[in-house]
Amino acid sequence: MSVLVTGTRYGGYLPVLHRRRTAHGRGFPLRLELRGITKKFGALVANDHIDLIVEPGEIHALLGENGAGKSTLMNVLYGLLTPDEGEILIDDVPRTFGSPRDALRAGIGMVHQHFMLVPVFTVAENIMLGREKTTGLAFLDRRAARREVRELSERYGLDVNPDAVVEDIPVGVQQRVEIIKALTSDCDLLILDEPTAVLTPGEIEDLLEVMRTLRDDGKSIVFITHKLKEVKAIADKITVVRRGTIVGTAAPSASEDELAAMMVGREVSLTVDKDPAVPGEEVLSISGLTVTDERGQHAVDGLDLELRAGEILGIAGVQGNGQTELAEAIMALRPAVTGTIRVNGVDISNSKTSKVIESGVGYVPEDRSADGLVKSFSIAENLVLNQYNRAPFGNSLTINPDVIAKTADERVEEYDVRTLSSRAPVGSLSGGNQQKVIVAREMSRKLNLLVAAQPTRGVDVGSIEFIHKRIIAERDTGTGVLLISSELDEVLALSDRVAVMYRGKILATVGPDTPREKIGRLMAGVTEDSETSPSEEPGA
Amino acid sequence: MTKPPVEPPGEGESPETTGDGAPDRRGEGGEHAAHAEPAVSSPDAEPETERGEVTAEREALLEAAAAGVAPQPDQTVKVEAPPLEKPHSWPVRFLRYLVTANAVMVTVYSLILAMIIGGILIIVSDEEIRGMYTYFFSRPGDALSASWTAVADAYSALFQGAIINFEQLSLALNGESEWGPVLRPISNTLTNAAPLIFTGLAVALAFRAGLFNIGAQGQAIAGAVGAAVVGFGLDLPLGIHLVVTLAGGALAGGLWGAIPGILKARTGAHEVITSIMLNYVAAYGLLWVISTEFVHSEERTDAISKSVDNTSWLPNLFLDANLRANWGVLFAVAAAGVVGWLLTRSTLGFRMRTVGANPDAARTAGMGVPNTYATAMGLAGALAGLGGAVIMLSSTSHALTPAVVGNVGFDGITVALLGRAKPVGVVLSGLLFGAMQAGGVQMQTVADIPVDMVTVLQALIVIFIAAPALVKAIFRLRTSRGAGMDLTMAKGW
Repeated sequence: MSVLVTGTRYGGYLPVLHRRRTAHGRGFPLRLELRGITKKFGALVANDHIDLIVEPGEIHALLGENGAGKSTLMNVLYGLLTPDEGEILIDDVPRTFGSPRDALRAGIGMVHQHFMLVPVFTVAENIMLGREKTTGLAFLDRRAARREVRELSERYGLDVNPDAVVEDIPVGVQQRVEIIKALTSDCDLLILDEPTAVLTPGEIEDLLEVMRTLRDDGKSIVFITHKLKEVKAIADKITVVRRGTIVGTAAPSASEDELAAMMVGREVSLTVDKDPAVPGEEVLSISGLTVTDERGQHAVDGLDLELRAGEILGIAGVQGNGQTELAEAIMALRPAVTGTIRVNGVDISNSKTSKVIESGVGYVPEDRSADGLVKSFSIAENLVLNQYNRAPFGNSLTINPDVIAKTADERVEEYDVRTLSSRAPVGSLSGGNQQKVIVAREMSRKLNLLVAAQPTRGVDVGSIEFIHKRIIAERDTGTGVLLISSELDEVLALSDRVAVMYRGKILATVGPDTPREKIGRLMAGVTEDSETSPSEEPGA
Repeated sequence: MTKPPVEPPGEGESPETTGDGAPDRRGEGGEHAAHAEPAVSSPDAEPETERGEVTAEREALLEAAAAGVAPQPDQTVKVEAPPLEKPHSWPVRFLRYLVTANAVMVTVYSLILAMIIGGILIIVSDEEIRGMYTYFFSRPGDALSASWTAVADAYSALFQGAIINFEQLSLALNGESEWGPVLRPISNTLTNAAPLIFTGLAVALAFRAGLFNIGAQGQAIAGAVGAAVVGFGLDLPLGIHLVVTLAGGALAGGLWGAIPGILKARTGAHEVITSIMLNYVAAYGLLWVISTEFVHSEERTDAISKSVDNTSWLPNLFLDANLRANWGVLFAVAAAGVVGWLLTRSTLGFRMRTVGANPDAARTAGMGVPNTYATAMGLAGALAGLGGAVIMLSSTSHALTPAVVGNVGFDGITVALLGRAKPVGVVLSGLLFGAMQAGGVQMQTVADIPVDMVTVLQALIVIFIAAPALVKAIFRLRTSRGAGMDLTMAKGW
């Protein structure tokens, strides 16, 4: 795909079919300048006199913690919010955007963190939405839309089938559909809001490649993220935002530690200090476990695993290799078809979730919004979501709101949940603080086993550090920790042993000092003894 | 897209919380005044006492923490303190409250709007007044005064039929009449309100557990049948018989309500479909039950059951035996108290609210979601069943007739909606609807406005409640902090 685009500025040798040359969507690089943008919500200043220049054809990373004001700024730029002060200049001409429509017309497109696609429509139909073309009388011109998808897909190496139904395609491809959607509306500057949050490592690589291709074709890209590695890999220029102001710009050559320090305003240790593990009794023993997924496929396929007290076993693996199903089977949220799951020697497979929780198993679910929290409930209520009927919070008949409130205040303090009141709804917190609420809930009772699935997904750097420390501390109290994460860095930093999961099985268990390349090969399904090359293995 | 894309006020300094802190800092106002930027008048800055308890010290710590430095309160606060608002005196706050789109004021304004539209309908539906409008421009006074009289008469009758009859009041004050007739409107209102509160609670409770109970009508019918059968079938002493009769109603309604709950728990059948269908089964089942030999009245040939024994009658609320009001309304208010306790203080209520708000999180937390559905529907059914029992015991014949419960189950949905699925709200809206129904009868006899106008008014009120944005725009209200205002109920359907 790189061959296709090398040296291709706009126009190039590919016919420019999809460009309407209007007064605004011009089809050549665009220079964006934000001057003194200020946006207040009541007394909270989300953006404080922000100046930002995005040169034509550059990938400009906007780096900052959750809640730093990045999304607010981009929503101002995209016409979703009106700034209180400041102006937006496009090619040195001041512009005001009353709605995203204005922004689109000026050549600015945005791919939101949460996709805005109709799941039951095909890719082509989604692309057509809102600007349906018709042939003759009133028939939708599906063919034109399909052609458009195919052209853009080829041009930028997106590999999207226009006839696929959106709900059937992987998240990474859905994101590319969003990108195509933005491209079809003639945008010259693309805002990508936390695009990698939902992607697997492989998909992230692909996305970065797509971004490079887009840049080489003359598109400017604003890349919002809090992941340092990606910023360094792709950005031409880095602007760091903290608490609503720009704290500085950096070149991609800056070290991760420097960037992290700028982001959070203090030195952050990305490596986790920990003492060697002191493994004790076996707390979790899984043998021959088979679990099916929604489609009836064996997502976990005859898996064996053992975990001792006081150690962290990290499960590395590309997402979708049965990690989710494994965690849910341990929590009795999903039936075990065959096999046993023993916690402290007691078989808990196919028992009740409440029994599993009672036997001292803590669970940080992968999807905190869906499974971990009730957003409309207060922090206090969420902190007792699985203990509301146990002393001291309540008994089988009544709950004790006073104790719940009092304990909540302590937990908020202890776990550094940034809120002014434990009675505020959890939905009003940032992602990192929501995750801290879950961590506080699970870790403030006596645990034998902690199942932590993606414990820091979508969480800001400061919170990541905090959660990591808590997990280590939990280990040191003698809890066995099963850490499931698609972030290899996280697995390697925290784990005492690393089990690589591939297609529902543990392929190998290695030490955390094992070279990344070797673990990477294992994640792709290549074991030492099998001489199978990756190309012969059907893709993961 | 339209969702307000506010970057989650990350470090806990949401706009409201800073505003909330304001009253607490009055003491140190001098210090802060220097930092306060004037004229940042945020509409969200209404002080809210519940959160106002946060101490300044704690705030300081949090701000320090948010700033990413070690907590050194004394220094950081001064630097980081956001602009504060001067606290307002209470009349200002009260006036602000009146023009803010909060739950209470939207309800009040909805009532006003409904009354206005109802007035227009009264005018339009009067043929004589319509005639006057044909020569409006030559003699506008005719049309206007006739319109005013018609509307004023109607609403005055509505009020006098529901709350207090001024004529009777003056007679009684002059000693020319008993006090009984003065209380009659209130008595009628309370009689009507009792079953509405019960069915309103039935819908509200289920709603809090994430269920749309459209089956309160059928559950009320089942309750009426259950109570009647116990009422005339058993021979028990005074007092005990009443309790057993009500229990029979609750049990029958509860079982009827549990059917959709269990179907949902076991098979995933949607409770809206099943509970609607069970309404029909109950309505026609009632006809059959009345016709059976055991139930049908021996003295009469029309469709009416035996009367329940007077040992199971609800005691009168007032000493005057001519007044219909009975203890039903007391039981209804008590039931609201129980539901309130259940939702806020009980384990079961916590579970129901969790399941209602996020069933996946409830399951992950180890709660039995299907069981909770079944239990909630059973309890909701029991409440509606009590409503049916009370309405049957309040009827003049103390017996089952084909229309014994009227529309009380469906009205319960509106009552719950108006009461925003909260027990206190349900009691208030039940009383309001009870009053409107009582006044509607008076309006028909005195002002010759069909009693159906009351139903139209009820419908209009609920429409405005369900469309708060409309009310807000008409009265130019300010945005409330809790702009969502628990209107999920209206939106969720």
